[in-house]
Amino acid sequence: MSTSGNSIIGAPIQRIEGSLKVTGAARYAVDHPMDNIAFGVPVASTVGNARIARIDTSIAQRMPGVLTIIHHGNTDQLFRPAGQLEQSSRAGEVRPPFEDDKVYYYGQYVAVVVANTFEQAQDAAAKVKVQYETQPNVVEIADAPPPQGPPRIHYARGNADPAFESAPVKIDETYVLPPETHNPMEMHATIAKWEGEKVILYESSQGVVNHQHVLSEMLGIPVDQVQVLSPFCGSGFGGKLFPWPHSLVAAMAAKRVNRPVKFVVPRALMFTAVGHRPLTQQRMRIGATQDGKLLSIHHDVFQPTSMVDTYVEAATGVTTMLYSCENLTANQTLVPMNIGTPTPMRGPGIVPGLFPLESAMDELAIKLNLDPLELRLKNYAEQDESFSPVRPFSSKHLRECYQIGAEKFGWSKRTPQVGSMKSGDEILGWGMATATWHASRGSATVRVRLNADGTARATCATQDIGTGTYTIFAQVVSEKTGIPIDKIEVVLGDSSLPDGPTSGGSTVTATILPAVSAATNGAIDRVIAAAQTMPSSPFKRAGAGGDPPKLIMTAGRIHVADQPPESGIPFQEVLAQHRLAALEMESRTAPDPTTSRQFSGHSFGAQFIEVAWDPGIARMRVSRALTVIDAGKIINHRTGRNQILGAVVMGIGMALFEETIYDKRNAKPLNNNFADYIVSTNADIPDLDCIFVEYPDLHLNEYGARGIGEIGLAGIASAVTMAVYHATGVRVRKLPVRIEDLIAGQQMTA
Amino acid sequence: MQVFRYSQARTVDGAVENVARSGGAFIAGGTTLVDLMKLNVLQPTSVVDINGLPLDRIETLPGGGLRIGALVRNSDLAWNDTVRQQYAVLSEALLSGASPQLRNMATTGGNLLQKTRCYYFRDTNYACNKRQPGSGCAALDGFNRIHAVLGGSEHCVATHPSDMAVAMMALEATVHTQGPKGERAITLDDFYLVPGSTPDRENVLVPGELITHVTLPALPSGTRSVYLKLRDRQQYEFALASSAIVVNVNGGSIQRARIAFGGVGTKPWRSREAEKALEGQPASPETFRRAADAAMASAKPLKYNAFKIELAKRALIRNLEQTTQAA
Ligand SMILES: Cc1cc2nc3c(=O)[nH]c(=O)nc-3n(C[C@H](O)[C@H](O)[C@H](O)COP(=O)(O)OP(=O)(O)OC[C@H]3O[C@@H](n4cnc5c(N)ncnc54)[C@H](O)[C@@H]3O)c2cc1C
Repeated sequence: MSTSGNSIIGAPIQRIEGSLKVTGAARYAVDHPMDNIAFGVPVASTVGNARIARIDTSIAQRMPGVLTIIHHGNTDQLFRPAGQLEQSSRAGEVRPPFEDDKVYYYGQYVAVVVANTFEQAQDAAAKVKVQYETQPNVVEIADAPPPQGPPRIHYARGNADPAFESAPVKIDETYVLPPETHNPMEMHATIAKWEGEKVILYESSQGVVNHQHVLSEMLGIPVDQVQVLSPFCGSGFGGKLFPWPHSLVAAMAAKRVNRPVKFVVPRALMFTAVGHRPLTQQRMRIGATQDGKLLSIHHDVFQPTSMVDTYVEAATGVTTMLYSCENLTANQTLVPMNIGTPTPMRGPGIVPGLFPLESAMDELAIKLNLDPLELRLKNYAEQDESFSPVRPFSSKHLRECYQIGAEKFGWSKRTPQVGSMKSGDEILGWGMATATWHASRGSATVRVRLNADGTARATCATQDIGTGTYTIFAQVVSEKTGIPIDKIEVVLGDSSLPDGPTSGGSTVTATILPAVSAATNGAIDRVIAAAQTMPSSPFKRAGAGGDPPKLIMTAGRIHVADQPPESGIPFQEVLAQHRLAALEMESRTAPDPTTSRQFSGHSFGAQFIEVAWDPGIARMRVSRALTVIDAGKIINHRTGRNQILGAVVMGIGMALFEETIYDKRNAKPLNNNFADYIVSTNADIPDLDCIFVEYPDLHLNEYGARGIGEIGLAGIASAVTMAVYHATGVRVRKLPVRIEDLIAGQQMTA
Repeated sequence: MQVFRYSQARTVDGAVENVARSGGAFIAGGTTLVDLMKLNVLQPTSVVDINGLPLDRIETLPGGGLRIGALVRNSDLAWNDTVRQQYAVLSEALLSGASPQLRNMATTGGNLLQKTRCYYFRDTNYACNKRQPGSGCAALDGFNRIHAVLGGSEHCVATHPSDMAVAMMALEATVHTQGPKGERAITLDDFYLVPGSTPDRENVLVPGELITHVTLPALPSGTRSVYLKLRDRQQYEFALASSAIVVNVNGGSIQRARIAFGGVGTKPWRSREAEKALEGQPASPETFRRAADAAMASAKPLKYNAFKIELAKRALIRNLEQTTQAA
C-alpha cells in the first residue's frame, strides 16, 4: 500500500553515509583532529552519600604534564539550567559538576585532571586523594524513608476499588524491572574548544539544539556563543538525549587551560554519570468477569530517582489506553535514592509499563483458561479511553497485527498446558504480547538547496544517531526532484543549522518529513519561477486561458506538467541561465494542534516469542521471534526493519540478561563493564522476522509515516516470560529471567 | 595505570633473570595483565614482553602426548588438528572462552595464570585478601553469585575462571617451567593452590619462574572427552558452572574417568570423588547421579550461588550421558 508513485519512498535504500562508517572515515565525537589538545580525566566518587572533607591534589598537581585540576574548591561558576522556566531545554542532571562539597551518588565527578596526554591525566587522577565524611546509602526502595505527599502521577476513571472488590476473577501481583544501563558502543564524549567568547563542542548527542541551549544556560553565556556538533553518534538509546556533566567539565577545563580539551566518559562511569533506566516496582491488580472482560485495573508504581533530579519513568500511561476497561486507577510514586539521575532509555515509560500489564493479562488468561490472544481481542480498545471524552485513534490496525502474526507464527497449533510442546529433547514455550508507542511529531526547520551543478543539499540541526535519518532526508529530496540519491548531500548534527528536533521518542521521521517536503517543494517552486522568467524560456508560450503552462520538476528536469520530462530542461540549466549558484528554500513545519487534540496517535504491534528449554541443563534460549508492526508508512524498509529487529535483540537482553547491580555498601554499580553487564550476543539471537502492515497515518504527515525506533522493544520481555512460563511453569515477575529461578521452579514441581 | 618500564626478552634465560631481578611481570597476550593494570589492581614497575621467545609451537611427543608452547595462542590451540581429534575437550573449552578477539591474543601460559573476575578483587576500593592480604573479603557478604562453592575459605571465595585449565585438569596436564633455580615439571593439580589463609598465592610459581610449555599425556584409544559450559548467555561470559570429562567406556561400564569442573571452584576443580563413583560402574543414570552428588558433597553455598551446585551436577550428568552412549 503506497501513497507515492515514486518507489524511492519505502525502498530499502542503503544508508547514504554507510561507506564512511564501514571505512572508518566517519568522525565521531573524539575523532575530530585538533591541534594542541589536552585531555581531561575525571576523579569520581567511590561512595554514594557523603560530604567531601578534603581533596589533596598536591602530588597530582606536580606530576608531569598536568595542567590543572578542577574541583568544588576551585571551580569556575556554573549555573543551573532554566528547565521548566523556559521550557526550551532539558539537562540530564540539573546539578552542575563541582557545585558544592556534596556527593549524591557513586561515580559522581569530584574532580577533573587536565594534562598534556591522556596517560598523564590518568596517572595523576589516580593520585588525587579524596576524604569523605560518609552517610548511609539508600540504593534499595526498602531502605528509603516512606515517600511523602501525593503520588507523582495519578490517574483515575470510573471507580476501580469497588469494581475490583466485586470482580469474580482477580489478579494481584507485583512485578519488578531492574535498573538497566544504556551502554551504546560509543561512549559519551566531548571535545570542547573555545574561539574567543564562543565555545564549540564536539559531542555524541541525540539533540544538538537542546545541548546548545543547556550549555548556554549552565555556562552562563548567550546561546549564539555555543555551537554543538554531532555529525555521527555511535548510538544513544536515550542516554544521549540530554547533556550530562562531562560536557560542562570539558567546556570549563578548555577555558581554563586555553586549549581544546577532550573528555571521554570511561565505560565504568557510563553506569553512573550519564543516566540509566531506573528500577520500577509495579503492582498490578486486575478484576475481570468469568468470560474475560476487564472490569477494573489498578497499576501502582514505585520508582527510584536521584537525590538531585526528579526523573519520572511514566510507566502507568500505557495501562490507561491499551485495553478497554471502565474502571482504572494508576499511581506512580518516586523514591529519591543515592543513584545517578535516571534518564529515558529506549521505550521509556511504555516498555517498563507494558511488562506488568501484559504479564498480568497472561496470568489472567491462564486463570480463565482462555487463549491469551483471545483475551486481548475481547478487551480490544476501539478508542483511546484514557481521554475524557474518549478519542478515536488516528489509525489503528492492531487486530490485523494479531491476526497476521498468529498465522505466520502458527499460534493455532499452541497447546496451552505447561511443557506440552516439544522439539527433540527440548521443550518449547510460546508467548505473545501487544506492543505500542506514541505517534507524534514536533516542529522542524529544514533548508534545501538546489545547486547549479545538478546536486542538492539538505540541512537541519537534527542528527542521525544510527537510525537512518540522513537517508530519509535524501529520499524525500530525491522523490520530489528526481535528483539521484548519490547527488544529494545531507548535513545534520550541527546546532548552527536550521532548528531541528531531538532524536527521541521515535518522532524524528514524522517531524522532519513535512519540513523536508515543504523546503524541497519551495526550492522547486523557485526554480520553476526562474524557468518561467529566464530570458530564453521555452515555457513562455501561453497555456490554456492565456496563463503560462503549469511546470513541474521530474527526474531533475523542469517541464510542462502534462508533457514528459524529456520535453523540458535540466534544472541546472535554469540556474545557469540566471547565473545563479543555487536556489534554496527554508521551511518550518509544525503539527496541527487541532488534529492532535481530535485524535489519539499510537503505533501498535504484536510480538510472538518461542523459547527452547533444555530442562536437563536448565538452559533457556529464545528460538523464534516474530514482530508485526502497524506504524504507518515505512519510509525505508532497510533501516526500518533494522530498527525493529535491533529493538527485539535489546528486548531479549532485557528479558534474559540485563540488570545493573548496586552494592548496598557503597552504592556502586558492581557490574560496571562490558564483560559483567551482559547483553545479547549474536549466539543468543535466533532468526528474527518483522512484518509491517502499512496503513499510512495521514493525520501525521503527507506520507503517513510514524517513528519506529522504540516500539520493537515494547512487548518482548513480557512475551518471553510468558513463553518461559509455558515451557517451565515458572512465572518470572522480576527481570531478568535467571537460571536460579528456573532451577528453583523445577525443584518445587519435582 | 601507573608508569612502568617495558622491555622485550630475547631468550628464556634473559626473561627469567630480568623478572627475578626486577620483581616485574611477564606479558604474553596481555589480556589479563593490561586489563588489571588499567584498574590499578596490578601495578608492576617493569613489564617483560615474552612474545619474541620461541615458545609458540605445538608438537606431538615421541611416545604420544602433546607439547604445547606457553605462547601458543588460544585460537591456534583450539583449531589445531591433533587437539580437535584427540583432545576434543580442550578445543571445546578454549572455544567456549572469551571472544574470538581475546582468543587470538590470549596464550596458553597466560590463560593458566589469568586472574579471577571477582568484582571486589578488580576494584581497589574494596577489601580483598587476594589483592591485599589481611584486608578482608568483600565478597563474603557481597553479591557472590559468581563465586566459588568449592575450595573457598573465610579469606577468599573467588573462582578461578579459566575454561582451558579445566579441560587440562581432566587431561592430567603437566606444567613445565624454568625459574631462577632451573627447570621443573608440576602436575596441573599441584600447580594451583586453594586460597586457605593465603589467597594471594594462587600457584606454586616463584618470582621470575616462566611457564615454558604444557604437556598432555597420550590417551588410551577409545577415549571420549567433552566440555560443557553453562552460563546466562551463550557466548562471551565466564562459566557459572562447567564440566570437562575424559572417559573410557567398555561394554557399558566405565573403565576410566577424569572429571573436572569450572566456575565453581577456587581453582580448576578436579573431582576424584566423582571419578571414584564412576570407575568400574555401569554407565547408568544412577551412576551419573551418584558421581554428581559425590563431586558436590563438600560444596558450600554462599548467599547467592547455591544454584551453582545443581548446575554443576547437571553439566556433569549431561556430559556423561553424551559420552557414554554407544557411538
Ligand atoms: C572480557 C574477557 C572475557 C573473558 N572470558 C573468558 C572466558 O570465558 N573463559 C576463559 O577461560 N577466559 C576468559 N578470559 C580470560 C582470558 O582467557 C585470559 O585473559 C587470557 O587467557 C590470558 O592470556 P594472556 O596471554 O593474554 O595473558 P597475559 O595477560 O599476558 O598474562 C596473564 C598473567 O600471566 C603471566 N604470564 C603470562 N605468560 C606467562 C608465562 N609464560 N609464564 C609465567 N607467567 C606468565 C602474566 O605476567 C600475567 O600475570 C576473558 C578475558 C576477558 C578480558
